[in-house]
Amino acid sequence: MTAPMTAPALGHNSGALSLHIPVPSVRPGTQPDFSALAIPKAGAWPRPPMDVAAADIRDFAFGLIRVLDDDGEAKGEWRPELDAATLRRGLRAMMLTRAYDERMVRMQRQGKTSFYMKSTGEEAVAVAAGMALDRGDMCFPTYRQQGLFMARDWPLRDLMNQVYSNSGDRLKGRQMPVFYSSREAGFFSISGNLGTQYSQAVGWAMASAACGDTRIAAAWIGDGATAEGDFHYALTFASVYRAPAVLNIVNNQWAISSFSGIAGGEATTFAARGLAYGLPSLRVDGNDFLAVYAATQWAAKRARANLGATVIELVTYRAEGHSTSDDPSRYRAADEAAAWPLGDPVERLAQHLIVIGEWDEARHAALREELTEHVREEGKASEALGTLGQGPQLDRASMFDDVYKVMPAHLQRQRSQMLEGE
Amino acid sequence: MARMNMIQAINNAMDVCLENDPKVVIFGQDVGYFGGVFRATDRLQGRHGLTRVFDAPISEGGIVATAVGMGAYGLRPVVEIQFADYIYPGTDQLISEAARLRYRTAGEWWSPITVRAPYGGGIYGGQTHSQSPEGIFTHVAGLKTVIPSNPHDAKGLLIAAIEDDDPVLFFEPKRLYNGPFDGHHDRPVTAWAKHPAGEVPEGHYTVPLGKAAIVRPGSAVTVLVYGTMVHVALAAAEETGIDAEVIDLRTLVPLDLDAIVASVEKTGCCVIVHEATLTCGFGAELAALVQNHCFYFLEAPVERVAGWDTPYPHAFEWDYFPGPARVGEALRRAVER
Repeated sequence: MTAPMTAPALGHNSGALSLHIPVPSVRPGTQPDFSALAIPKAGAWPRPPMDVAAADIRDFAFGLIRVLDDDGEAKGEWRPELDAATLRRGLRAMMLTRAYDERMVRMQRQGKTSFYMKSTGEEAVAVAAGMALDRGDMCFPTYRQQGLFMARDWPLRDLMNQVYSNSGDRLKGRQMPVFYSSREAGFFSISGNLGTQYSQAVGWAMASAACGDTRIAAAWIGDGATAEGDFHYALTFASVYRAPAVLNIVNNQWAISSFSGIAGGEATTFAARGLAYGLPSLRVDGNDFLAVYAATQWAAKRARANLGATVIELVTYRAEGHSTSDDPSRYRAADEAAAWPLGDPVERLAQHLIVIGEWDEARHAALREELTEHVREEGKASEALGTLGQGPQLDRASMFDDVYKVMPAHLQRQRSQMLEGE
Repeated sequence: MARMNMIQAINNAMDVCLENDPKVVIFGQDVGYFGGVFRATDRLQGRHGLTRVFDAPISEGGIVATAVGMGAYGLRPVVEIQFADYIYPGTDQLISEAARLRYRTAGEWWSPITVRAPYGGGIYGGQTHSQSPEGIFTHVAGLKTVIPSNPHDAKGLLIAAIEDDDPVLFFEPKRLYNGPFDGHHDRPVTAWAKHPAGEVPEGHYTVPLGKAAIVRPGSAVTVLVYGTMVHVALAAAEETGIDAEVIDLRTLVPLDLDAIVASVEKTGCCVIVHEATLTCGFGAELAALVQNHCFYFLEAPVERVAGWDTPYPHAFEWDYFPGPARVGEALRRAVER
């Protein structure tokens, strides 16, 4: 029989351990609550010189850069001083993204394709960044930055062809919907494996630097996917080699049904992760077109000056579900999107343009109609080339192409086998 | 013509490629200033510069990811994974990204990367320095897998791999870096200097991918091998007196099936040898192919000699490593029917 235990010495636990499991503060049936989100005044955060030392701006990772205030006025040092024509172009591109999303989701519900993912509420994240970057800069997006195409005036029918996997699909039906690719548009191929683009972007940027090029890379990753190894690889390599990259973290609060706490959002901000790698890290209102533009511009200039990478957390909200396969009412309050305290990116930029006398409700309504019509026309053009399983179809023999540069014998045999079997 | 061991041949291949193509860039752990733990990149940084040959963090995932990104930019990265045993963190970028980039973009992007790694046992390296993971990658559409067995082939195949626009895994049998090895571990080591395949042309040449080599013509049994097992098989043939036709596959994917079929149709039986674990090893694919394409020519079951289905042990190195005795038994089983 063992001797009785002595009383616990100082420093020992007197109670049992317990495991913390993060849960969001709000669930279906309860009221939305964003009280934990600290929202400073627009213009409160200064704009450091582009060549500031990362160590001198650590507190920016815990702040929130805002330019547009709640009345639509642009405030503070981060005002990007864009002319009205540029702002209207930005508004148009964001509204076009939204109109495109609306149509494609309807098409999915009608059975014309298998799947779709909207970017509702996050249009400024992609559009403002796309406009702030140079046309030659390479973007490594997630599946929720389709706004980059609109910002770069890419024809919608080309995107639709991919979504429909139709006879006009440049990707030859190889990828599921919204996994676009366009070298010409500076939009790297989307992968379903989360985060892989982040570390690839750093490699691309390193190559550009090694070749004495002037083009930089920009990458996006979601709050949830920052838990992936590739996020860590990207920041490590970006830090080690001072890669000319803009590393965006799109914190839209949700990763399918998992709130940001599951990815570590309870303990600290996502921008703060950059501090650990010695990278300057900004935190920005992702629904403020002007702030997103200004932060991207700052980071891009910095990268081009050989000062390395910048981490930018875009604080935004995923207004709809993860995809057409998701129903967010099953895990979050039904009116949470409407309660998001940082508003809607389209409405806020429109409001700002109105406030500065460069827009009005009538023009807004007219633009919305024009874009809806444009999307419809593009849709007709695309659907004439087929939809998933209907109309003109791709040649199934092409399934065996491009596995390798030159088709090896075993694929030739398999292709014959498939075709002979008919 | 020069005499080189396998490490020197591999080093020379990279030197030639760095010289010929400004887009070639080499990185990995310890490969820069130090020249690699196996000296594979010895002196290359000094000759070609810091931004052409450099050290990378201990991050196989990051190394492969960065290579994919650089390849997308237009460079031709050749990365080293320090031991094939450590390739797994890079597996996602290899399988989910590099292997599929050309396919999923219908040729708009591709991944012209080469991933080199020392593999295989015979060195008392235990399970973290002796693995043969080729079977994982041969299963993945879009990847090529190449394994040399001698310095001459190592240089030519590596140059071919580097110049290939598809992602290539180049597994180097580390037991053969300094000399041939036929499994007789209690005999004095021999050097490549005395071996015909230690004669390596200077300058640029390639050994084509996708082509096997008949290293010993024969009529009694076909032996399909690669890497260190080529030498083990040759020793087994000599020691049993069986007239084996030993085929060094050299490239696993894409496979030279024509060479295999021609040989088995001639011999009527087949023995497959690899160090990798038996179950679902590349030998399983070879056995299925031989059975399917040569069924009416076979006079005996297809034999496989492979690593036992255990993690690679330390103390039992020579019980695990398929040596000439085990291979010889398989040859006898195949021909004595």
